[in-house]
Amino acid sequence: MNGNTAAAQRPWGFIAGLLSRAGFSGRTLLIAAPTLWLLIFFLIPFLVVAKIALSEITIASPPYLPIVEWTADGHMIVTLNFGNFQFLLDDPLYISAYLSSIKIAAFSTLISLLIAYPMAYFIARSGERYRNILLMLVILPFWSSFLLRVYAWIGFLKSNGVINNFLMSTGIISDPIPMLQTDFAVYVGIVYTYLPFMILPLYTNLVKLDEALLEAAADLGARPMTTFFTVTLPLSLPGIIAGSMLVFIPAIGEFVIPALLGGPNTLMIGRVLWDEFFSNRDWPVASAVAIAMLVAVVLPIMFMRNVEANIAGDK
Amino acid sequence: MRRHWLLPTATLLGFIFLYAPILSLIIFSFNDSKLVTVWGGFSTRWYGELFQNSQIIDAARLSLIIATLSASLALVLGTLAAIALTRFRRFHGRTLLTGMVTAPLVMPDVIIGLSMLLLFVAMQSMFGWPAGRGVLTIVLSHATLCMAFVTVVVQSRLADLDVALEEAAQDLGATPVRVFFDITLPIISPALISGWLLAFTLSLDDLVIASFVSGPGSSTLPMVIFSKIRLGVSPDINALATIIIGVVALGVVIATLQMWRQSKT
Repeated sequence: MNGNTAAAQRPWGFIAGLLSRAGFSGRTLLIAAPTLWLLIFFLIPFLVVAKIALSEITIASPPYLPIVEWTADGHMIVTLNFGNFQFLLDDPLYISAYLSSIKIAAFSTLISLLIAYPMAYFIARSGERYRNILLMLVILPFWSSFLLRVYAWIGFLKSNGVINNFLMSTGIISDPIPMLQTDFAVYVGIVYTYLPFMILPLYTNLVKLDEALLEAAADLGARPMTTFFTVTLPLSLPGIIAGSMLVFIPAIGEFVIPALLGGPNTLMIGRVLWDEFFSNRDWPVASAVAIAMLVAVVLPIMFMRNVEANIAGDK
Repeated sequence: MRRHWLLPTATLLGFIFLYAPILSLIIFSFNDSKLVTVWGGFSTRWYGELFQNSQIIDAARLSLIIATLSASLALVLGTLAAIALTRFRRFHGRTLLTGMVTAPLVMPDVIIGLSMLLLFVAMQSMFGWPAGRGVLTIVLSHATLCMAFVTVVVQSRLADLDVALEEAAQDLGATPVRVFFDITLPIISPALISGWLLAFTLSLDDLVIASFVSGPGSSTLPMVIFSKIRLGVSPDINALATIIIGVVALGVVIATLQMWRQSKT
């Protein structure tokens, strides 16, 4: 136990201290249980992935060669195969999948922001009674199945789907517009499923906005647009950042939406990993993609989150 | 002023965007025609066929069992992690625990699924456990993912909790265990309930991780739905979606009314 805790001054703290020296404290157990669990089921798996990313594919079960082998006379042979990573750099598929994931996630985030901002603003400015009902309506779709919400768009977007049938029956178009299995459908799917994640942090921020500031700006002669861009928008920046992270992060590794709504040309890194594993059964390359994703996607995101948390902490 | 009609219109369009696909799912679940998007008269036949489909019923039962087990396991582990992080300012491995608890929140599903599978394969070849893949491996994976979410929810509640209450109980001679069960637990119980529900929903909803770590004969509901959707739109999935949305809507409305009643008293 740390001697500086106030708890150590109390009788039970003394006893707990004795026990902990014997290695039996509740405190130790309390910290050890979740730590050990996450070490075994979260951290060690990544070491296994890294190991398999460096091994060679073979036709066996499991389909990779061991990287450490023992010879008959007791020598250890370590075979590290960096070919999988070289392969990722040589084949343009992986680089373009990575870039296209970033592009799709970034644009979806921007579109979500443009749709969510007026909604969040309207909800934050409406009466207390309606506010709760509107918020409930925003959250409700989030609790229902993600897969089924994506599925709903298949019925909407396909060539004999709801939208095309409506447009053709009104005579606006004569032939169905191909919408399903395009990048457009992927954007719609991502914006649709993650819109609540954008609205909620924006709402939380905008509801705290002091209306006196807006009145002051108006009294000083600012037009509504000027007030918005010089007062409301800068003050809501933390909400914009928080909402954008909540949309961007899950969107970039998305598998389900590009698999169901996207076409064969919709490249996203999560889908590439899935195909390497399930279609090609190439475990080493799938592991190499996972490690590359970890370094090129997850680590920058965690770094950004840290910076964001520090900025929020300073204020 | 322009703002008077612009904002409500944008909001209305936003809600139409959110609800139109869901409403069309519900409407076409009562459609007699096999062509999902052509209206052929009112019928409840797809609901009948849904309950005859043993593959879907079995998968739904399995998913509910897995979600209950993983959410409960995640609740215990996540609460322990939250207590450790809020009540003990300094201990060896605090940074490690913080990092490992928050990382699953930003980790893509495909990476978690692949890494868990490779771990289970390696463990099986080294220790012979877990033997094969199925419900156990899905529960272990889901509990690991969900505990991160439980930790966040419980941690924010614990941070708001007045430490003086716990200290008063301690000064009156209660043991730490007694303090936890008599003081802390009742106060944080709303957070525990919402954490459990969030974990339950996440597990019930997961397709990607379950696809990696499941074995033969342990297909969860999302896995069955996904393979059916890949073959095309089918009306019994619409019926299933309508049931799920109905249950969820009822639950959310009841929870909201409950919260209103509590905030009024």
